[in-house]
Parts: sequence; C-alpha cells; structure tokens
Amino acid sequence: MVKGMRKKILVKEEYCIGCRLCEIYCVTAHSQSKNLIRVFRYELGELAPAVIVEEREYTTFAVQCRHCEEASCVRACITGAMHRDSSTGAVYVDRDKCVGCWMCIMVCPYGVIKRGTGSNKVASKCDLCLDRELPACVENCPNEALVLTEVNE
Amino acid sequence: MAKRRSTADFVLERDDYKCIRCLACVRVCSYGANFYDERENMVFTENRKCVGCHFCEAICPTEAIVVQHNPLAIRWNAHWTSEVVTDIMKQAETGGVLLTSMGNDKPYFTYFDRMVLNASQVTNPSIDPLREPMEIRTFIGKKPLSLELEESEGSVALKTQIAPQLKLEVPIMFSAMSYGSISLNASKSLAKAAQTVGTYFNTGEGGLHKDLKEFGENMIVQCASGRFGVNVDYLNAGAAVEIKIGQGAKPGIGGHLPGEKVTEPISETRMIPVGTDAISPAPHHDIYSIEDLRQLIYAIKEATRYKKPVGVKIAAVHNVAPIASGIVRAGADFVVIDGIRGGTGATPKVTRDNVGIPIELAIAVVDKRLRDEGIRHLASIIVAGGIRKSSDVIKAIALGADAVYIGTAALVALGCHLCQKCYMGKCNWGIATQDPKLVRRLNPEIGARRAANLLRAWALEIKEILGGMGINAIESLRGNRDVLRGVGLQEHELEILGIKPAGEAW
Repeated sequence: MVKGMRKKILVKEEYCIGCRLCEIYCVTAHSQSKNLIRVFRYELGELAPAVIVEEREYTTFAVQCRHCEEASCVRACITGAMHRDSSTGAVYVDRDKCVGCWMCIMVCPYGVIKRGTGSNKVASKCDLCLDRELPACVENCPNEALVLTEVNE
Repeated sequence: MAKRRSTADFVLERDDYKCIRCLACVRVCSYGANFYDERENMVFTENRKCVGCHFCEAICPTEAIVVQHNPLAIRWNAHWTSEVVTDIMKQAETGGVLLTSMGNDKPYFTYFDRMVLNASQVTNPSIDPLREPMEIRTFIGKKPLSLELEESEGSVALKTQIAPQLKLEVPIMFSAMSYGSISLNASKSLAKAAQTVGTYFNTGEGGLHKDLKEFGENMIVQCASGRFGVNVDYLNAGAAVEIKIGQGAKPGIGGHLPGEKVTEPISETRMIPVGTDAISPAPHHDIYSIEDLRQLIYAIKEATRYKKPVGVKIAAVHNVAPIASGIVRAGADFVVIDGIRGGTGATPKVTRDNVGIPIELAIAVVDKRLRDEGIRHLASIIVAGGIRKSSDVIKAIALGADAVYIGTAALVALGCHLCQKCYMGKCNWGIATQDPKLVRRLNPEIGARRAANLLRAWALEIKEILGGMGINAIESLRGNRDVLRGVGLQEHELEILGIKPAGEAW
C-alpha cells in the first residue's frame, strides 16, 4: 500500500442534479480533439465515460472508480494490466497488457469498470485525470456534487 | 377543452450544429419544455411551456441554447401591449385571478436612478478606504437620547442602560423569506452567508426548521398574521423578532401556501397538518389599532424578557409616515418599510403591480416625520423592496434608513433569473420549490459563498463611495440628504425627498 497524500473524488449524492455533464466532460477530456462538438460528431464510437450517473426516482449520483485500498480488480487481473501506481496510489489499467477477460468488471463492487467501445476492446476506467489540475468531472459539475479531496494514508 | 389561444412568451432557439444530444436540457427542465425525438435524433422545445428561467441555457455544455422573448408575440401596440392582451386571454380561459411572483416589474419611476451622490473636491478631503479605516458597522434598535457615564478611579463606565441591539457588520440584511416559499437549501445558504458576513437573515412566516436553529445569533424570527410556527421557543430562538403587518409585493392582503407544498417537514415547522393550505389572513385578527399592536409588541417583549429588539414590518402605502410614527410610539425597536418593488413567492398580479408607493419616497417621509416628532432615536428604520445594488443602499441610507433588507438581490445571487414563476413551485434553480429533486440543485455551500460574496462586494463599493464623499462611517451618512441631488425630478418630488436639484450648492 502506498503511503502519503492521495487524491480522491468525493461523491456528494445529495447535490447531484442528474444532468450527466460529468459523463460528457469525462469523454471529452479523454478524447483526441478535447472539443465537445467534435467528440460528439466524430469520436464518440471509440469513447465511453469513466464516470457513471446512477439514477432511480429522486436519487441520482455520479460515481467513478474509487481506487479502493483493497482493489478487487487488481487482485482479479490475470495479466497484471490492472495495477496500482506506486507514486499516486491510483489504480490504472495498462492497455497493452489487458486481454479483455473482464474479470475486473465481474469483481468491481461499484460497477465502474467498463468494456472499451469500438475497436478499443480493453477495460476502461477512471484515471483521476492526473494530467489535469482538476478531474474533468469535478471541474464541470454545476453543483459541486463531485469534489476532489486529498486524503492522507 | 379547446386549444389554448395565447402565444408562447419565450422562444428557445437551439443551434442544431452545436447540440450534441447530451439531453441535459431535457433532463433538467421541470416544466417539461424540452424533449427528445429518438427517430429524428433531435431535441425539440415546446415554447409555450418555457417560463424563461434560463436554467437549460446555463447547463448546456456547448452553448447551443438561447432563450429569447417571443419577438412578435402580439402586434405592437403602445396601449394594448402584448402583456395586456396575453393577460386578458389567460383570464378569458381560466376566469381566475392572475398570479405572479417576485416584485413589481412595471416601468414605474425609480427615484434611486434620479438621484446622484456627492464627492469631495479641494475643500474637504476624500478618504482612501484601502489605507484608512472605514466603518460600515451599524446597530439596529432603540437608542438613548444621551449617555450618562460614571467615572471612578480613572476608568469610565456606561451608566445608561442600552436597549437590546442588533449588530450589523454591513448595513444589509436578508429579508423575510419563509421556509415553504423558498427551499431549505435556499434558507441555509442565506443563513450561512449571514453568519459569515456578520448580518442577519429572516425566517419569514414559516416557523423554524431544526437545521436553521444553529444560526440563531444571525436570525430574525417573524411573527405574521397566520402565526405559523410561533411559540415561546421560536421567539427566543433568534436575535430579534419582527411582526409582519404588510409586504411590499402585496400590501393589504395575506398569504397562501398551497396544500401541495405543505410537505412533512413544512408541516412540522409550520405546525399544521400535511397537505392543508397555510393561509395567513390579510390582517392580524388581534390588531385593529396602534394600541392593539402595542399589546402584541409588549407581549413579545415579555416573552423574550426584553432581551431582543422587536420590530414591525409594513408595506409602504400612502399614509406610511403617520403609521410608522404610530408603530414607533407603540414601542417597536425598528420599523421595516417595504416598497412597491418588494418581492414575494406568490401574489395577485393586480396587487403587485398597482398597490403601494416607491420606497425612496417612503424612506424620506418616514425619516422626516420621526425626526419632526423627536422620536427618530426610538427606532431604527430598515427599508426593503427593490434594493438592487450598493448605490441603492447608499442612497437609501442617505435618505434616512439605518439598514436595508435585500430579498430579490439575494436570490439572484443564488441563481434566480426572475422568471416570476415561484408560485408554481417548480423552480429549476432549486430556490422556490419543495420538490426534493429540484431542491438538491441548490448546493447550500455554493449558495452561501455566492450570497456572502455579494455582501462583500457591496460592502467594498459602499466604502469606496463613502471615502469619495469624505465620510468614514456609515452612521455619518444616515439621513445626510446633503450628499444627494435630484436629476430630472419635479419640485414637489424634491421636496418630499428632502433633497436639492443637481446644480444647487449647499
């Protein structure tokens, strides 16, 4: 287990308005063009959001990979594609190693790992947008229902 | 029922190239105006359902949506305006009183816009508020005419007993908006902002929700004609008590919270059964005279052990000055005057748009009357109704107010776009609604931050203007009508306002 400060996305279920903008911005942040309209027009086939808005009646909330301390997906992975990054403590999937057996999807208790779409047949999940200052879903949530926190472990 | 004959008030234009079919607009519209056609793969809008709240426009990630007034709703006519014609059509359809919300939107004269402020030049120095102390703290409550001091062994102590006061770090408070008319998240936002800035919010006639109890030190509790939620604990929960006689948006009439809005938590705070209409009568049935009012004021003072200021709120009407004088003589520690622009959650349109007088005139006549009678120190004057910006606050105080209440401006800070549909209870911004799905749209942390920011910004501007006039304390501005000059006002109006026309020196 990695010690030190780790980034976590806090889900504030009580303020999610169910607009699903987080999904749209997640897709765009992980696209080639990084342009909403172009993504919708030309790149959507290859992309799927890593944040998922769950909705039932009056309850909605957005959830993405929790980067669990005891990550079942890492343990279940047969190729070692699913791994924990030692510097950030986050769980990543190595696209070159993934063979698409979907064991990670089976064991994920939050249901936040998806099959890649289009020709992209490897597991797809939240990478905490570590190349950005703020994850795209957090930055664009209109009601601050997703908040980035740092926890000390 | 035949097809409706009135036309849409708004037109929603959607740029089809920019629309990425994310359906956020469809999901968020509580009026169901936007819808998606799967076969066409297009998002459409039923314009008649659009109320012009601009929520979908704000949420659209690609700025594909523009909500506009229906440009050619009705053939142009200066007398038979499209509003008049639409109103007649609605009434011909329904046979009912037209309801509306927020404040009077008619083009009545706004005197604030016809008054200009002074500044120091050569003969008196202006003050830089960034470098020199600037006092905008003020106190609400009864003031003594003089102070008696006791000197003993080199130290000085105050001998005069000072009546209970409210301490305001900015001369701006949030006006009465009940839990019921606005959502709990809206109330929490204002309560938290008031606490942060050091001012007060007002519970309105909605009783006190348990989540708001912790803000007691920054709270004014209201006692209105329906007496909802009023008991001795409630009266003692806040820092002051306000008896509401009237409201600027609907002088002379009471309130009505429809049964559909009386949900479980609202029934608890209002202390009425779930689903029953909460009707506040037009008058207080125990107040038919100034003497009766005095009884209630003192009953409340007894109940609060004379520890809290007790005030009275009235709408600004023709005889506002003598009425205010009566209120002060009845023992009120502060008088709240709500002008014709005052807002509300629901009111008959005919009342909102035609009853009452502009607040500027009301402040001037009330302040003058109380001064003339030598009782100005007995009560503070708080003014409300259409205070839009920091300059309005300054002008109101210069005319004689001690502090102002803001309601609409505060809600705009929370997101309100003044669509005037509060009475429908479907507020997309999560403010004037009790629908749990909509209430959650207002995150009270964001709301509190924004409302506090507004007060902070106004406070900075007030300091700038005061400094420019060479005044270093808001209390030196109060009733200082010399700093005001009228532009384009008639002689009699200037006389009522007690100000000189622009161009006239001391």
